[in-house]
Amino acid sequence: MPVALVLVAVALGSVLFHVLSPWWFTPIASNWQYIDGTIIVTFWITGIAFTAVVLFMAYCILRFRHQDGRRAAYEPESKRLEWWLGAITAVGVAAMLAPGLAVWGQFVTVPSGASEFEAVGQQWQWSFRLPGPGGRLGTSDARFISAENPLGLNPGDPNGRDNVLIVADDLHLPVGRPVKALLRSVDVVHNFYVPEFRAKMDLMPGLVSYFWFTPTRIGTFEILCAGFCGVGHPQMRGNIVIEPEADYRAWLQKQQSFAQSSPQGQASNAR
Amino acid sequence: MADASVGGMDAAPIGGAHDAELYHPRSWVTKYVFSQDAKVIAIQYSVTALTIGLVALVLSWLMRLQLAFPGCFDFITAESYYQYITMHGMSMVVYVLTALFLGGFGNYLIPLMVGARDMVFPYANMLSYWIYLLAVIVLAATFFVPGGPTGAGWTLYPPQAIMSGTPGRDWGIVLMLVSLMLFIAGFTMGGLNYVVTVLQGRARGMTLMRLPLTVWGILTATVMALLAFPALFVGAVMMLFDRLLGTSFFMPAIVEAGTHLRHGGGSPILWQHLFWFFGHPEVYIVALPAFGIVSDLISTHARKNIFGYRMMVWAIVVIGALSFAVWGHHMYVSGMNPTFGFFFATTTLIIAVPTAIKVYNWVLTLWRGDIHLTVPMLFALGFIVTFVNGGLTGLFLGNVVVDVPLSGTMFVVAHFHMVMGVAPILVVFGGIYHWYPKVTGRMTNDVLGKLHFWVTFLGAYAIFFPMHYLGLMGVPRRYYELGEMAFVPPSAATLNVFITVAALVVGVAQLVFVFNLVWSLFRGTPAGGNPWRATTLEWQTPQTPPAHGNWGGSLPVVYRWAYDYSVPGADQDFLPQNQPPAARTVPA
Repeated sequence: MPVALVLVAVALGSVLFHVLSPWWFTPIASNWQYIDGTIIVTFWITGIAFTAVVLFMAYCILRFRHQDGRRAAYEPESKRLEWWLGAITAVGVAAMLAPGLAVWGQFVTVPSGASEFEAVGQQWQWSFRLPGPGGRLGTSDARFISAENPLGLNPGDPNGRDNVLIVADDLHLPVGRPVKALLRSVDVVHNFYVPEFRAKMDLMPGLVSYFWFTPTRIGTFEILCAGFCGVGHPQMRGNIVIEPEADYRAWLQKQQSFAQSSPQGQASNAR
Repeated sequence: MADASVGGMDAAPIGGAHDAELYHPRSWVTKYVFSQDAKVIAIQYSVTALTIGLVALVLSWLMRLQLAFPGCFDFITAESYYQYITMHGMSMVVYVLTALFLGGFGNYLIPLMVGARDMVFPYANMLSYWIYLLAVIVLAATFFVPGGPTGAGWTLYPPQAIMSGTPGRDWGIVLMLVSLMLFIAGFTMGGLNYVVTVLQGRARGMTLMRLPLTVWGILTATVMALLAFPALFVGAVMMLFDRLLGTSFFMPAIVEAGTHLRHGGGSPILWQHLFWFFGHPEVYIVALPAFGIVSDLISTHARKNIFGYRMMVWAIVVIGALSFAVWGHHMYVSGMNPTFGFFFATTTLIIAVPTAIKVYNWVLTLWRGDIHLTVPMLFALGFIVTFVNGGLTGLFLGNVVVDVPLSGTMFVVAHFHMVMGVAPILVVFGGIYHWYPKVTGRMTNDVLGKLHFWVTFLGAYAIFFPMHYLGLMGVPRRYYELGEMAFVPPSAATLNVFITVAALVVGVAQLVFVFNLVWSLFRGTPAGGNPWRATTLEWQTPQTPPAHGNWGGSLPVVYRWAYDYSVPGADQDFLPQNQPPAARTVPA
């Protein structure tokens, strides 16, 4: 009796905790509400499965607990029951996987009109790069990094000259426009994570990774590093300011380009 | 309902191993220290693993103290915090759980359950333990070398693991990799033994489909480990070369604090593939023996045959095979080609089906049973609850797009602790309470056992269930201190204090377990040969504890499957596997 009651309490307590506790998603600020939707579908299906299994166990313990004279049934298997249960499970799994894969299809398909920005991670700070009037990001490599060229832009690539560099400062982006984040690390693995955007991706040294999102809410959001990167990992923070297009333009005007900020950028300019 | 195709109840015993010449110990040292008896080796493995487990428990206390009361403990620096999490994780996954299930339970139970006198290669089996012990000593030594143990996280991701921004870069990481290589070498010796013994050492009549599920779980896990560990081994060799010889297997061009390192052209993501090609099967290397053991505990203590034995065997084999095709779900946000996500999400969620069937069959074994709520049974029930909970949150993380917001957060920590921490450890405890009478000849104390169960089960659930919600909120893992985060409400700090208090209580409860084991060794009620009235062969030995050679004069002959509980018409509610079907051949 007490064992069955505790199991019932565990099942119902878990459900109550889920419903009543104050801890839940932080309000979303990007287009990825589909991700939240898939999570909620998953919570429903898994929640029902968990409660059903635990309550059934509690029932069995209550009903079939040992008493003098009781003898268990002898029932090696029931193919029918096993196949039914397997089929129901497969349906439940498909109900989670199908929307999941559909949303993943969107996640990996960057809209053609998306603008680009680059986030560069190093122990333990964030820097950013935006295309200039030319609209393209120049090539880069960790080999090019020096005091004058902190993000390692290729001095020989003319596309890099007008790129806007934001070293260890806040990034601004316009609201409502899809952006493709290109991610690059000059030392260890980092991860670009803004909880309000839901999306995240590693910065893998040696390659450029990416993901896309559309900021939907004006405000300042904190960028965390979600990939362990050494002792300074918790201090690796940055800010991303989402603002109306006009404010963004005004901010962009005030930023320095590679050519303006670095003799290397000028050298390539002169060429 | 005696389905001959399930149990092969009436089949005449055929085949089986011939009696073998045994190595006989000549002195106290060869009997109890450098022993070649699998049962002694099992105890050596178990005691060593449980000892490291206690160290790992203390490390978890230290990190929980830091998370609940940041800044209150001067000796917990960021460096030492990361060293604690790394050593806790690696110790628990490899040196405690793998060693306990395969080296401990595997060694003790395989020869006894299949009706063999010992493992087939006793000398290699002995070496396996001593190399394991050496690996443990090397691991422990990292606490005492300059710079201390590595703080790279248990996944040891390069480049960070061998760069100076990570603690233990000088000695810790080198010794960690050497220790892992030793562990794998030692495990291989034991692992080959387990596989060959199950396949070649079975008693007459012990067909594969009459094996207890414990043996099926351990066998499959061992085959998997023999295939998976080599990936970790070559990864460790490459990283050692990168660290010591300056090669660049995992190191692209890197600028560290303004200085160009002498590396270039390597791929850090290659390590992640190698690591998780090992790492994901490793989850099932721990889980499958637990699946097997818990099946036997439930069947024995519910006095009912395990429901759907053949499906249970196939589920174990299918899960083992599929688990080699899902490793990419640890790398959804690693920057690998994102189209891999479609494949790995599908394979990962498919595993849920055979796993769910196992869960159904456990609870259907309870249904219409004769449930004895003994201490091993309580732990088995606790396992089902925590495993179902942790398995279901795996459906979140396996479903690629749902993993995107949750990866790298406390949700992941909560998930894997519930599913491969708490759940298998509850089976370890259940298994120890269940077989302790066979190992020592004495029962453990029931009251202490129940106290241990309730505090551990409810406490561990209270630790890890709420932790999911921290991750859902977005709290990242591997943060020495959260500091100010706009999206984290102050109530999260309260929750962290609650979790830490629960962790301290659960930790203290393990002293009750240790005390029970030691006290019962001297004061426990004598158990007799088969206190649980179980069917499997280990309970039918002529002596308890079983003597060297296990079976006295002649090997057992097996006539039936492992689950003849409550057979209609039988005098008692269990028929041992070696009991001939005499009653059935006598004409009425």
